[in-house]
Amino acid sequence: MAYPYLHESETRVLSEGFGSPEARTVAGWRALGGYQGIARALEIGREATIEEVKASGLRGRGGAGFPTGLKWSFMPKEARRPHYLLCNADESEPGTFKDREIIRWTPHQLIEGCLVGSYAIGASHCYIYLRGEFFESTQVLARALEEAYGEGLVGSDVMGSGVEIDITLHVGAGAYICGEETGLMSSLEGRRGEPRIKPPFPAAVGAFGMPSTINNVETLAATPHILRHGGEWYRQWGTEKSPGTKLFCVSGHVRRPGNYELPLGFPMMELIEDVCGGLSGGRALKAVIPGGSSVPIMSAEECMECDLCYEGVEAAGSMLGCASVIVMDETTDIVKQVRRMAYFYAHESCGQCTPCREGTAWATRILQRIEDGRGTEDDLETLVEISEQMTGTTICVLSDSLAMPIISSIEKFRDDYLALIRTGERLGAA
Amino acid sequence: MRTVTLTIDSAEVTVPKGTSLLQAAEGLGIEVPHYCYHPGLTAPAQCRICLVEVEGAPKLQPSCVTMAEDGQVVRTDSDAALRMRKGVLEFYLVNHPLDCPICDMSGECMLQDYVFDEGREKGRSREPKRVFGRDDFGGDVLYYGDRCVMCTRCVRFMDEVARDSRLTVVERGSRAVIDTFFEEGLEGSPFAGNVVDICPVGALVSKDFLHKARAWDLDHTPSVCTSCSQGCNIELHTRDNLVQRLKPRANHEVNGHWMCDYGRANYEWYNRAGRLEEPSSGRGGKRRGGDWKSALEHLFVRLVELAGTEVRVVGSPSASVEALGALLALAEAAGGAASGVFRSRRAESEDPMPGFPLLVRRRDLAANVDGARLLGFERVGDDEAAGGLEEVAAHDGIVVVLGDELADQSADFGGEAALYVYMGHFDSPAAGNADFVLPITTAAEEEGTFVNAQGRVQRYWQGLQPLGAARPAWLVLGALAGALMGGGTPASAAKAFAALAAAHAPLEGLSHEALGELGVALAAEAAHG
Repeated sequence: MAYPYLHESETRVLSEGFGSPEARTVAGWRALGGYQGIARALEIGREATIEEVKASGLRGRGGAGFPTGLKWSFMPKEARRPHYLLCNADESEPGTFKDREIIRWTPHQLIEGCLVGSYAIGASHCYIYLRGEFFESTQVLARALEEAYGEGLVGSDVMGSGVEIDITLHVGAGAYICGEETGLMSSLEGRRGEPRIKPPFPAAVGAFGMPSTINNVETLAATPHILRHGGEWYRQWGTEKSPGTKLFCVSGHVRRPGNYELPLGFPMMELIEDVCGGLSGGRALKAVIPGGSSVPIMSAEECMECDLCYEGVEAAGSMLGCASVIVMDETTDIVKQVRRMAYFYAHESCGQCTPCREGTAWATRILQRIEDGRGTEDDLETLVEISEQMTGTTICVLSDSLAMPIISSIEKFRDDYLALIRTGERLGAA
Repeated sequence: MRTVTLTIDSAEVTVPKGTSLLQAAEGLGIEVPHYCYHPGLTAPAQCRICLVEVEGAPKLQPSCVTMAEDGQVVRTDSDAALRMRKGVLEFYLVNHPLDCPICDMSGECMLQDYVFDEGREKGRSREPKRVFGRDDFGGDVLYYGDRCVMCTRCVRFMDEVARDSRLTVVERGSRAVIDTFFEEGLEGSPFAGNVVDICPVGALVSKDFLHKARAWDLDHTPSVCTSCSQGCNIELHTRDNLVQRLKPRANHEVNGHWMCDYGRANYEWYNRAGRLEEPSSGRGGKRRGGDWKSALEHLFVRLVELAGTEVRVVGSPSASVEALGALLALAEAAGGAASGVFRSRRAESEDPMPGFPLLVRRRDLAANVDGARLLGFERVGDDEAAGGLEEVAAHDGIVVVLGDELADQSADFGGEAALYVYMGHFDSPAAGNADFVLPITTAAEEEGTFVNAQGRVQRYWQGLQPLGAARPAWLVLGALAGALMGGGTPASAAKAFAALAAAHAPLEGLSHEALGELGVALAAEAAHG
């Protein structure tokens, strides 16, 4: 079974094995050069492994884009207490479906990444926290892990090096907030999935109170390649500030939605028009959410010159996030989309912090009222103000994540709101 | 101890390293609004109302978990902090029912207070409110989910202090609500009542106190719990000359911020009807009521007549140090005996508070067992405070009983006595056989001191007017002893205590003033003397 929708612009580093069932086996993964990255890491040592990843400039693929090598270097040099590597496979940002593909097609890529990460931070135990709904991916990964244990790639003596690294799969119960790093730790420990205040940071007090590092699936999956080929090799793609390749999850009104691995810095319009075959039905572009639902909405004009790298999307007024590009054409009812997003955040708020608990639910109700044709113009001001009150005032950034689409949509698509409020007309509604 | 110096709202303050900004501000008399923070619990920093501006920090910082650092410049009242607090308070009211007129917490509610101080004049929410209704949590606790601010103090109290995890947050987001794990809820958990005290709003209320009094009608009097020898520091909340409820008063050496449910529930006896209200004299059917003047004059004459007769005294472990001391002084003045007995109820086991082990519901179920021992009284009788008085009951000299109800004794108690004086709160057949029955005040109606099981001398204050003609025992006994010895009557409990301290080595140097509101621990050897 071939992977759907390949495009010649793609640079297949992480996605090379996608679509090939053989890549799910140790032998198949080895045939693609697998387990050479961890072999080299074990050869050059812990410090050099971190240096190699630093040199690659790899940035966290979970959304924040924090430099991975730097993050690893925050861990204590001496492992006086157990260290843990946590792999965040709780992929649940609306619009995102890249980690799932890495796991279900190339489970050994992730296992090898976990070995590299664990070795680099001195962890002898790695937990992979899988989203509850990832049924098939979990099965594939569990099978691959069993094989890796059998081959001596994981366990008490990794590849005969004497290094001990165990990997445990932990399946969550499907809460969005458990993808937040400290929420994930709480959940992993058996508590309610509630984010914790920082400091202390995970590198000091993480899972089970021990120094921990948490990395996204895609981040870890990139590290074996970096170790195998070197940090400089990785920099042949991307930009100075955003090196390497990235999986772009494109969804919405395009002819060929899907995962595309492209060098960072790829022009957004080329992605939409060329790689994804343009907008379906030949309609005009209205808006794009470039990095998963938690980032500001971009208007069509803002997309025109936007390059898909961390700094490029920021310059265009939004954020790359986890590169989940949601494309909306002219038939899109923006108010409805924002209300639907608000409902998601209100539903997924853990409820600890007041601004998020109350603010997300309140905003949802106001948006619902506007959508139902009972809004007033004052509501827009209230929405913006409560969004501001939800920004930067909570433990994690869940409420900020709703504030951004609300504020940006009111700013950029005010006419859509006003039309609904004044005349009951849904602009663009198909 | 290492200290740090920082500036809060333009005032400089030096605090020990490890002090939070919220506590440092408190030291300057600046209250930073807070819900989830409680000094006796961990702080999750989730209520988001204690955010303050710290110079150099990119966003507002939660003052409950941000530690003070040298040279920090903190503003609790900057525009950004005030704007944020106003916003958070508005969020709190989005779903709050605003049912203050029927809420027990009204008047002492932290939501009410903060909204009045800093909230918006009018909330902007026009949406229908979410409704949870009322939930019986078991024990004495009712939960009104609609009023809840989700600070989780109650959950953390049960987890961290009671170490009896019976509460949790269920659901999430604005559907989140506090609930019990099992059907029995808080029923049978010995410290669960504290969740009502620490609830900053009217979400957790006491069934016993439900709709009983408005907070602003209650007078608060510092006192000491009389239910066991732990001597938890408490407040009497009174109205209409009745104790309406007991609340713990913070004392980190004794009870922290807490008290047990056994003590909390045991206050109705203060309000019990059928009290002795006037002095009376005359045995059997010839007993006549009278006033204090004639009763004391007659009693004085009898004591003078019987000078040198052997005196047996029965004290009470619930009587104050002052009263017990005066009882011994009277016995000494009348006949030379300087010791007595007491009886007290003892529980089968003690009940320590797991997360605050200093606090133990002790086996001795009276406040001043250790004070009585300290003064030389000897415990007799069984664990039900019965028996053990055979010798006293048949004594042919002078018998003085203070405070012991003598419920188990027969009507011929003291029948052989040349003089039998009974001082107490309630009548009983054995008490009724006395030559003189003198009504005395309860701990709620007088000032005094108790010595707790840790050997700590602690004061309590008068919260109620004495019932009828009841007078403090130290005053009555002190007046008689003073008259017999040619001295005066002590003018106050403090003076009675001072006289006692001068005569009893373990109490040397102590005074009511020195004891203050939190008491003083006696030297270890003195306490167990």
